[in-house]
Amino acid sequence: MNKFWIVLSHTYISKLKTKSFIITTVIMMALVLILSNMTNILKAFGSDEQEQVAVIDQTGDHLFDSYKAEVEAVNDEITIIASQDEGNVEKKVTDEEIRGYLLLEKDVNYGLKGTYKANQISDSLISNDLFLALSHLKSKRTASELNLTDQQIVQLNTPPAYETIALAENAKSEEDLNQARGLVYVLLFVIYFGVLMYATMIAMEVATEKTSRVMEILISSVSPITQMFAKILGVALLSLTQMILFFGVGYVSIKRNLTDMNEGFFAIFGFGNTNISTIIYAIIFAMLGYLLYATLAACLGSVVSKIEDVQQMISPMTMLVVIAFLIAMFGLGNPSASYITITSFIPFFSPMIMFLRVGMLNVPFWEIAISIGLLIATIILLGIVGARIYRGGVLMYGSSKSLKSIKSALQLSKKK
Amino acid sequence: MALQIKGVTKKFGEFTAVNNLNFTIPEKEMFGFLGGNGAGKTTTFRMILGLLDPTEGEIVWNGNKIDYASSSLIGYLPEERGLYPKLKVRDQIVYLARLRGMNKGKALKELEYWLDRFKVPEYIDKRVEELSKGNQQKIQLIASMIHKPELLILDEPFSGLDPVNVEMLKDAVIDLRDSGTTIVFSSHRMEHVEEMCEHLCIMHKGSPVVEGKLKEIKRSFGKKNVSIRADFDLSFLDSYPGVTKVKTTMEGKILQVTGEDVAASIIRDLVPKGFVRKFELEEPSLTDIFIEKVGAAYE
Repeated sequence: MNKFWIVLSHTYISKLKTKSFIITTVIMMALVLILSNMTNILKAFGSDEQEQVAVIDQTGDHLFDSYKAEVEAVNDEITIIASQDEGNVEKKVTDEEIRGYLLLEKDVNYGLKGTYKANQISDSLISNDLFLALSHLKSKRTASELNLTDQQIVQLNTPPAYETIALAENAKSEEDLNQARGLVYVLLFVIYFGVLMYATMIAMEVATEKTSRVMEILISSVSPITQMFAKILGVALLSLTQMILFFGVGYVSIKRNLTDMNEGFFAIFGFGNTNISTIIYAIIFAMLGYLLYATLAACLGSVVSKIEDVQQMISPMTMLVVIAFLIAMFGLGNPSASYITITSFIPFFSPMIMFLRVGMLNVPFWEIAISIGLLIATIILLGIVGARIYRGGVLMYGSSKSLKSIKSALQLSKKK
Repeated sequence: MALQIKGVTKKFGEFTAVNNLNFTIPEKEMFGFLGGNGAGKTTTFRMILGLLDPTEGEIVWNGNKIDYASSSLIGYLPEERGLYPKLKVRDQIVYLARLRGMNKGKALKELEYWLDRFKVPEYIDKRVEELSKGNQQKIQLIASMIHKPELLILDEPFSGLDPVNVEMLKDAVIDLRDSGTTIVFSSHRMEHVEEMCEHLCIMHKGSPVVEGKLKEIKRSFGKKNVSIRADFDLSFLDSYPGVTKVKTTMEGKILQVTGEDVAASIIRDLVPKGFVRKFELEEPSLTDIFIEKVGAAYE
């Protein structure tokens, strides 16, 4: 067992010291910092710009001042200026001096009519706000024409109480579901990238040792099985280090912005009241998924004889991960679909899809247990077969055609 | 107490890489393992190390099968040289030595000793990819013997080295043998085997064609070389009975004869013809034996 630790710590430390590792970690940490400070950054870029919109009041009722007040109440970043000459204003818009202009008219059917003209109507934000202000204005005018009291207006505007309640005991409420969806989405991404990145790292590591021929010395002193699993765990440790750094930076920076966590950007991701059990399941499924794919990657890496062939060799594995990810993405919209339920028990998909179900639905514990059990059984099986492929594969040089190489690697490691 | 190879055969599918190999390597001795390309040397080494399992037969070292439990007693220099290209010599050797059961401090001390002895102490902090091929080989040899193994397997240890370095590494290997290590080494260079090994084995296409003590192999080979220089025409010797090979040089002839009696009869015939400047009876060289045995097997 002693050698296991030597290989493990060697894998961990030598990888930790490589330039590429340090650089990617720093870049990712910067990315996390930027993402977690998104609200502040957006504010810093957005606040100094006041949008100017001209209003041509053709109603004859002198509505400009009351409309201006309504617009400012809706969005104080829009400045309203009065104007009479449409030709002049249109020129200002084409010269990009002002954002656009609104033509305010009386209308027989609707009472009031607004026409907003701008160079681009792709930015619907201003248009929406102008419309909202106009609606308010219209309501007030109509109300005063009908001699309604303020209280009557409030009564008129209050929507009815409306609620959706799921009857099934294990279903989550719509609100919970939306919140869970954001978190599950982010964590699925983390699992996907983590599994893919670190499994590829394993395959590369094995292939590098093999192509630099240091492997032959290594396997004469440490058994291939010890070596393979020490390497897999070494990289797992490395990934944990990286993840702790990322999440640590993210956590500290989010914590500092806690006040605006429940608004805007973060509300979508449901970070406000993060579900602890979802995160624990994410860690469990990420680790199991990693173990499964890393074992596969180690075998595949052991049969190539040129480093250039690694990508080609592991591409079937990459496809599996991508397919699992795509199914999970489709499943986000409808997590109780039957194809999601079925794939959540298939070992190569379950790390992502069972996690999706656990995060989005209240899955009975026995289903989770079966899925994890199947996953662990597959990992053990793959470990046993994989160790044999690895043992033969590292001694094999020559052409690397996936299936054929795996077959001959197994033959080479045969006892008799 | 020795390394015993008992009736070992290794088949890869239909192909027989090693066929019924039988020999014993005495302890604390250097054993030469010769053979052309693809003769089965590397496969044999891998079986000795336990990396491959023989199809038939067994290999025991001091009565036990070699496995990972005994790896601290074994040293191995593979034919295909390989070290981590990006790793510094220090980290590299210490890692490999620790895997052979040495502790870090001792490994460092030994490494410094060997680098000094090979006159390259400044390489300790260099990355392997920065070193020349010959110097990489020195590092690799250090890696294989730093833990003072009881059994050391060297696959082509001196190939690709200049004569000065060959001598340096040879001395190191001989010192190791004198301190009690059993060494098996393979080579294409007959003179190295002749110089260093008491026992040897010549393999051809998986089968041993010659095996035993160097002196006995030479004696039982029977044929001897006669080298002659004289002031008169020697062409009558080309068809002399008992002469199996004739090589004409600038100064005379080198004959291969079936035995000492032929040499005696030649000299009796030479003396009446004139002045003989040189007449020398030599033992056959290993090269002669190799060419004869392996060459014959080719035909």
